Amino acid sequence: MDILAPLLAEGCAAAAHAPWPRAEIGTEIWQRVTLHLAAGELDLLGLWGEADRMHMAVSAPESREIAVFTLACPDGRFPSVGLSHPPAIRLERTIQDLFGLIPDGAEDARHWLDHGAWGVGTPLGTPGPAPEHAYAFLPVTGENLHEIPVGPVHAGIIEPGHFRFTADGETIIRLEQRLGYVHKGTEGLMIGAPLDHAARLAGRVSGDATVAYASGFARAAEAALGIAPPPRAVHLRAVMAELERIANHIGDFGAICNDASFALMLAHCSVLRERVLRAAHLAFGHRLMMDRVVPGGLTQDITAEGLAAIASLIPAFRARLDQLAGLYDSMASLQERTVTTGFVKHDYVRRFATGGHVGRASGRNFDSRKWPGYAPYDATPFDVPLRTDGDVNARVWIRIEEIRQSLGILGHLLATLPPGPCRTTLPAPTTPVEGMALTESFRGDVLIWLRIAPDLTIERCHARDPSWFQWPLLETCVYGNIIADFPLCNKSFNCSYSGTDL
Amino acid sequence: MRRILLESLVNAPLTENAPSPDDAALAELAADVANTAMRRLGRSLAIRQVDAGSCNGCELEIHALNNPFYDLERFGLHFVASPRHADVLLVTGPITKNMREALIRTWDATPGPKWAIAAGDCAVSGGLFATSYACTPAHETIPISLHIPGCPPTPTALLRGLLALLAQAL
Ligand code: SF4
Repeated sequence: MDILAPLLAEGCAAAAHAPWPRAEIGTEIWQRVTLHLAAGELDLLGLWGEADRMHMAVSAPESREIAVFTLACPDGRFPSVGLSHPPAIRLERTIQDLFGLIPDGAEDARHWLDHGAWGVGTPLGTPGPAPEHAYAFLPVTGENLHEIPVGPVHAGIIEPGHFRFTADGETIIRLEQRLGYVHKGTEGLMIGAPLDHAARLAGRVSGDATVAYASGFARAAEAALGIAPPPRAVHLRAVMAELERIANHIGDFGAICNDASFALMLAHCSVLRERVLRAAHLAFGHRLMMDRVVPGGLTQDITAEGLAAIASLIPAFRARLDQLAGLYDSMASLQERTVTTGFVKHDYVRRFATGGHVGRASGRNFDSRKWPGYAPYDATPFDVPLRTDGDVNARVWIRIEEIRQSLGILGHLLATLPPGPCRTTLPAPTTPVEGMALTESFRGDVLIWLRIAPDLTIERCHARDPSWFQWPLLETCVYGNIIADFPLCNKSFNCSYSGTDL
Repeated sequence: MRRILLESLVNAPLTENAPSPDDAALAELAADVANTAMRRLGRSLAIRQVDAGSCNGCELEIHALNNPFYDLERFGLHFVASPRHADVLLVTGPITKNMREALIRTWDATPGPKWAIAAGDCAVSGGLFATSYACTPAHETIPISLHIPGCPPTPTALLRGLLALLAQAL
């Protein structure tokens, strides 16, 4: 039974929104959508603001519907979604910090991205004075408890964020994250930016997923403008996306093992990762393939040497991966650290609609390449690995299996690469047009929503990283684990700081 | 496991020849680090990486410096976990205002003689984020001795810059 169609029918349909419908609604329907979310009938895809209105993207997994609901906020307030659906809480705190829209009834009124350092408050709404710097962590009471503050500057070469652990001896009782340190004002910079410049910004929301972000941005823009990029470009975007997935998964596999003091695996995995980046550089002229995907196609075709390098990499990589996976499987001392560590509850990944390896290791069968699906994956055979054991070990195996699938996808894509051009010109719309896309990064589904003005500049673009719905579960999965296992839990997630700090 | 270890003994190493130190970087450094203090450090530098708002792309390439192809440690360069052990801060990102204080505190916690390197277009000039309300220039935050441009700089570019710094130390 359709859930979203009747709700959409009660609203006022937006004229130019593709490929899914958007409706302007009142608070009553907003609250009904929220109740459906709280009841677990809908998944929250995204929640973002503009100066005078709120947007909420949801999907109904059973009836396979996706829609965006928009609520005008003339008095600067909207009924809190987070009050009954916790995945929305951090998103609402972000909206409050950037746009000054107040979620009515929300329990946590603390700032999130705004640390009081910008010299301005609500920079994307009506700018006001900067708030106080103070931040109150949630209180923890009980006997024998001690606090361990970590960060924002961490010990390794990783992104900054603050973790506040409460421990009883070695056992973690609670973890509270405080993020926002790498807030760069990306969405503010996008407002008014020409399309190609905004595409570069999109490719830097989270650098490790630059291809996924740039592809998502391009697909949303192409949906808005009603054009399709050339088939060769579509294919090559997927080649880049799978190279990116493989490079990240293999790097993380090595890093997880290294956090369990098995440095040999890191060394071998980093060699494999380097080989992928070198092939990418040969093929597309940039090791991370930044700024290659643009609205309308690609900036350049794949080189002949690059094509050959990727083709010869596939079998060698597969053979080496089999060896390393066998090694992981045979090391009891390694598995002692990863099995049963950092268990993520199935109920949580369902409620948070958690994507990527975190969701798929805890039984949530979702991959945006399959559904809603997009070219060329709709014509590419591959499986979505799924497990239910939900621990660090499960996330390691999901990543290994996903690499194997990606190697298969690469082989298929290279064998079926269509000829022709790689770029098409963009038509200028007569009125503002809106588009949205879900794109599968190595971390999970990236949502991009945008509105393009007739002069091909961005009026508003929102990027929602998969980590929004993973970070909170990292807080939950460390309970009862020892402090020393936190790095393993953390690396097995590998959430993006930059992706959520924006 | 044994087979993998044996292979490593039999096969040639992957490690590549060192790139020559970057000429431009050398010139930039000459003014800054040609002092006797550096001599005391010997042919070794401890690097503390600080992400001050990066998109995380720069970190990926800095990580690559440790892989067997680049093998940073053969030059006496190594990453340390604390600024207290560091000679060099390797700073990435457009210096978000939210990281400004942490960066200054990290710099203050680093014992002298010390140098800061701005790695990546963001740290060098603010990159695409230079005009953001949320970012502030690196050189107005801590003294920067060396700039390594690139988005992100390749491991080779990073290595060139670091070797240039080391060359001044000898
Ligand atoms: S220089 Fe480029 S790769 Fe490095 S942090 Fe800035 S945007 Fe990211």
